[in-house]
Amino acid sequence: MFNQYFQPNDILIIYPELLLALFAMGVMIIDLFLDRAWKVLNAFTALVGIAYAAYALYRLKSNALNLSGYNHAILNDSFAIYFQFVFLIATALVILISARYLSIEGENRGDYYALILLSLIGMNFMVMGIDLITLYIALELMAVSEYILVGYLRTNRQSNEAAMKFFLLGAFSSGILLYGISLLYGISGSTDLRVIAQRLAERPSHDPIALVAVVTLTAGLLFKIGGVPFHQWLPDAYEGAPSTITTFISVAPKAASFALILRIFIVGLKPLETSWVPVLSVVCVLTMTLGNITAISQSNIKRLLAYSSIAHAGYLLLGLIAGNEYGITGIAIYFLVYAFMNIGIWTLVVAMRRKDLIGDQIQDMAGMIYKNPGAAVLMLVFLLSLAGIPPTAGFIGKYYLFASVIQTHHYVLAVIAVLNAAISLYYYFRVVVVMFMSEKTDEEKMTLSPGVLTSLAVTLVFTLLIGIYPEPFIRFAQNSLSLFQ
Amino acid sequence: MMTFDQILFYALAVIAVLSAIMVITRRNPVHSALFLITTLFCVAGIYLQLHAEFLAAVQVIVYVGGIMVLFLFVIMLVNLETLSQERRFNRQWHIAILVSVVLLVEFGTIIWRGKAALQLPANQPLMDTLTTNNSEQLGVVLYQQYMLPFEIASFLLLVAIIGAVILAKRRLSSDGK
Repeated sequence: MFNQYFQPNDILIIYPELLLALFAMGVMIIDLFLDRAWKVLNAFTALVGIAYAAYALYRLKSNALNLSGYNHAILNDSFAIYFQFVFLIATALVILISARYLSIEGENRGDYYALILLSLIGMNFMVMGIDLITLYIALELMAVSEYILVGYLRTNRQSNEAAMKFFLLGAFSSGILLYGISLLYGISGSTDLRVIAQRLAERPSHDPIALVAVVTLTAGLLFKIGGVPFHQWLPDAYEGAPSTITTFISVAPKAASFALILRIFIVGLKPLETSWVPVLSVVCVLTMTLGNITAISQSNIKRLLAYSSIAHAGYLLLGLIAGNEYGITGIAIYFLVYAFMNIGIWTLVVAMRRKDLIGDQIQDMAGMIYKNPGAAVLMLVFLLSLAGIPPTAGFIGKYYLFASVIQTHHYVLAVIAVLNAAISLYYYFRVVVVMFMSEKTDEEKMTLSPGVLTSLAVTLVFTLLIGIYPEPFIRFAQNSLSLFQ
Repeated sequence: MMTFDQILFYALAVIAVLSAIMVITRRNPVHSALFLITTLFCVAGIYLQLHAEFLAAVQVIVYVGGIMVLFLFVIMLVNLETLSQERRFNRQWHIAILVSVVLLVEFGTIIWRGKAALQLPANQPLMDTLTTNNSEQLGVVLYQQYMLPFEIASFLLLVAIIGAVILAKRRLSSDGK
């Protein structure tokens, strides 16, 4: 008798999310029974939850591929599964480095991990959703968790300010996004992306209202990935947030927002391609150029990486502008690579946090090669990868993205992108120069917790492995091509 | 010639927008809250015109009745003296207004030119509001078609509660030090 409400399939598809929700609440409850010295167990609980969810997801990949659930609100295609794996990997690495950092900050509580897991649920639904309402609610679930996590350091003014800015601008951009969504619903009478695509295809090509809908939707979505001119919140939020949270929001939520953009533009707004490609091309050029040029003058490593992350969003937009198989594979593989190299470099920034030193100035790294030779070499590898130098993984990502726009004959874009990659070398190597050529200012060495060591080992291995032997990872990333079906 | 329905709609819409502007320009937060109530009432009126009686009632009961009372409680707890002396807008508000007006005119003209697009297709059946129950229709939409977003929204509320607890704890600990 319940058939009209939901089917067994529905529960099957959201099984990983159910597990994550269970563990999110479990972390909070177990936290109540833990002494201060045992709070590190919270990280373990969260990691077990992620491992379970990853296993469930692996089972879904063979059992329930291309099933849709909840009246076509979500679709479990291999695109969604691929991105969910990226989120799970990124989140697991972030949790590994969090325990030590939180105890130094004196904020080691269970709700931190619960919020991370809850935002992970939001991200999972963002990549599975094919219905605008589901997508929007999932986006908000992710975003609200992020706002709280950015302001998690209760007594730190900078963290509070960052959270406030992020929240206000985030709420504003959500309003713009909703306006676009409401116009799309007004035109098509449906919130299902595939129905919207059909209705849009039936309309004249330069429909004024569809244009307004696309522009507002684009503005709202670009805010979430920090595309210029909607990027102002990003450096402040990245700098003020606890470093572990910056690590988190610079990878997983960005990948989720990008997957959401891909789903909306490639599936829903495909008929309007002629109106959004020029808009995105301009944004893409501005994002790459402004991100890279502003990064040159930064003296704070967190801000430098924030601007570099804006520039990387610009490179990623190339894949969407090309919109072909190469471009989508490029975005997918780039996020896998980005998860490893970016978390690697942020892990080192997190590790520099000591009791009396924030460790976020580039000068704090002076003479690192003499103090911590291992860390300095790791930093070099991650910086090379961010710059896209072979044989690191960053090269593979950039290669696919740049090749995709050449395939679609956007030669100007390709040239600008390559020039930008050259600019980025300059500021990445400024950090290297400080690490390798300056005299050390103090004697204190880094202390690496087991979690940080594990995270560094994993990120290093994959950053090099994907660069040297990319075939299996590219085949894995080609799962995302189910977007075109 | 406008029908009575249209006149009513425009009256409600104009009042709603005007009082929404008043909400953000008044110095006294209590006045802002009262203007917000007016806006919410007008929106409830528009729902009524769309034959969404249940939604209109919920709007009045939940927003005007419940949430606004909470708002007023919070405002009473905040120190009004200092709040009314602070500047509401920063120095960029001239430019902001200019940009907003330009955007408004642009969107207005574009939507006006494409207004035919927003008409419902001729063969689309309107919801039968006379034979089926209004709340029943809402229930079907909420618990069948949009069941998953409805459930995700409950997680959103959970996150909001956790956030509120973290914020409230913040105040306790900084007072204690």
